[in-house]
Amino acid sequence: MTTTATPAPPDGRSEAAPPVLRKTPARKRLVPYWLLLPGILWLIVFFAAPLVYQASTSIQTGSLEEGFKVTWHVATYWDALGEYWPQFIRSMGYAAVATVLCLVLGYPLAYLIAFKAGRWRNVVMILVIAPFFTSFLIRTLAWKTILADGGPVVGLLNSLHVLDVTSWLGVTEGHRVLATPLAVVCGLTYNFLPFMVLPLYTSLERIDPRLHEAAGDLYARPSTTFRRVTFPLSMPGVVAGTLLTFIPAAGDYINAELLGSTDQKMIGNVIQSQFLRVLDYPTAAALSFILMAAILAMVTFYIRKSGTEDLV
Amino acid sequence: MTKTETPQSSGGDVRLHGISKTYGSFTAVQPLDLTVPAGSFFALLGASGCGKTTTLRMIAGLEEPTTGTVELSGRDVTALPPYKRQVNTVFQNYALFPHLDIYENVAFGLRRRGIKSVKKQVEEMLDLVQLGPMARRKPQQLSGGQQQRVAVARALINHPQVLLLDEPLGALDLKLRRQMQLELKRIQTEVGITFVHVTHDQEEAMTMADTVAVMNGGRVEQLGAPADLYENPGTTFVANFLGTSNLIEAEVVEAGGEELLLRAADTTLHLPAARCSASARKGEKVLAGVRPEKVALTHADDADGIAAEHNRLPGRIKDASFIGVSTQYVVEVPGLGELAVYEQNIERDGRLVPGAGIVLHWSRAHTFGLDATQDIQAGADLDEEAA
Repeated sequence: MTTTATPAPPDGRSEAAPPVLRKTPARKRLVPYWLLLPGILWLIVFFAAPLVYQASTSIQTGSLEEGFKVTWHVATYWDALGEYWPQFIRSMGYAAVATVLCLVLGYPLAYLIAFKAGRWRNVVMILVIAPFFTSFLIRTLAWKTILADGGPVVGLLNSLHVLDVTSWLGVTEGHRVLATPLAVVCGLTYNFLPFMVLPLYTSLERIDPRLHEAAGDLYARPSTTFRRVTFPLSMPGVVAGTLLTFIPAAGDYINAELLGSTDQKMIGNVIQSQFLRVLDYPTAAALSFILMAAILAMVTFYIRKSGTEDLV
Repeated sequence: MTKTETPQSSGGDVRLHGISKTYGSFTAVQPLDLTVPAGSFFALLGASGCGKTTTLRMIAGLEEPTTGTVELSGRDVTALPPYKRQVNTVFQNYALFPHLDIYENVAFGLRRRGIKSVKKQVEEMLDLVQLGPMARRKPQQLSGGQQQRVAVARALINHPQVLLLDEPLGALDLKLRRQMQLELKRIQTEVGITFVHVTHDQEEAMTMADTVAVMNGGRVEQLGAPADLYENPGTTFVANFLGTSNLIEAEVVEAGGEELLLRAADTTLHLPAARCSASARKGEKVLAGVRPEKVALTHADDADGIAAEHNRLPGRIKDASFIGVSTQYVVEVPGLGELAVYEQNIERDGRLVPGAGIVLHWSRAHTFGLDATQDIQAGADLDEEAA
């Protein structure tokens, strides 16, 4: 107990209090900004600045020898879109199919981990995350070996006549898997599956198991319980998972590069080669912006549509 | 207090035959036979971990019994999953669907049974629980008491044969709890459905239920109408868990007649033989019990005025606490320890202060006898925890 600080009389305090109240938060109010500072600096240096630089690049003209100058040449965008729209469409298509496959494969897995795995839960979780211990590139290269023409997978699929069916569907060609859309989509699905499983698991795990009991008690058979209770309540996870899968998959170029042929080039491959091989920086920058805008528009539409703005 | 006639019953009866539940080596419910008559308000009362909730969940089908069978209205439903049983549950924390509004929560059961036009029924049910204007709110926008009423409405709308209530009032504050107790009782009388109510609150069980089963350690200790259980507890657990009891260890000195003569600390007590649940032969020990509110206090100077047919014990007031309607005394009786006495504050004797010598006395008929081989303290501390 401090003896020096005598408390003010009750009625005097009400007048004395406001200045005190105003004073302390003044210092305190700055604390959040101090805490934000490193992050903001990081974003300025590594996100905002490159973005501005990129934007200015996209409206430049010139050549490597003469140097590029900002000439407000917006036509680069139309030219780029006119030339590379098939790759755009293909990227969105592959990413969409891979996202759906991830959802179809990942949902049961996340459900299993959340509700049925019991004491194996952590083990299964580690198995889901384990691929991250190896680099993305190495894993995709490994798939190249697995799907190689003379490999066991292709052999098995051939003997089961699966490849005849997939060829008829147009996703493979001849009796091989590599250098086909199937290989690229499989690679994308494999590489982004954990990004689907983790948010799904998080939102499923948060569901109170008593809600399942309550649904059963109210005459919902297990399939109805899933449709009416579990799935709607896991929507935040579904939305987060599909976004985390679709966005990087749409911009990915490694899978198409390693597992596909020139017929499976995605927009990421085009941007990469425009930047690093053709050295047409304005076109590459314009394509990047178009991709960003397209994804942003699609994501906004998707979140509106799924009605989960408040849940994400 | 006991209501034997059932209202035009739309409820079914529940019969449990030798039902038990074990988890590994732990036995939650010992083999149990229980019959809940149709249309009755039945309470399973006990401290946490006594197996009452497990028993309820076995009736609902949420828990599979290790042995035994569950019968609803004469039909064996042991093998049926919950969604095929004509029972509905009000869950402890309500388990309302957070993604559905109140209306859809209440309509859930009807829709699952393929009923298309639910509007009228849902609105009627929401009116019954006085939540009509809240229909389009989400559960998390409601107060605890309102959520509780939604949970009741959601279950009742299905007209189950049996409504199971798992500590439905546990999360509410005292005042709201008392209000909801009356409300639930009113609804039960109105709809005539069989209610099986699980609670650890003995007051709640006694206010609401027609029949109370007191459970302890996976067993039913005693079953009966609330007043019956209170007046004639069969075990020390029931005597201590339901209210408070003064239990006095005494030796039988004379048996055979309509009254037993007991000797405790040099005093003779009379116990009606019919109210002794233990075998009481001469020379055996029994526990003589009396409820604190049945005991009167008289100052030692006026001891001559006490009716001759009263049991009496001399003692000294150790502590007195005034709690408004009554004063609770702790009286030290030489050789017997401390006894509790609740005196109504009608005419207060100014001499009855701590330290005063007094005589405790009560009508012989208010004495009950219990088997002395039991733990005299059983259920005593649990009751405080629950209250």
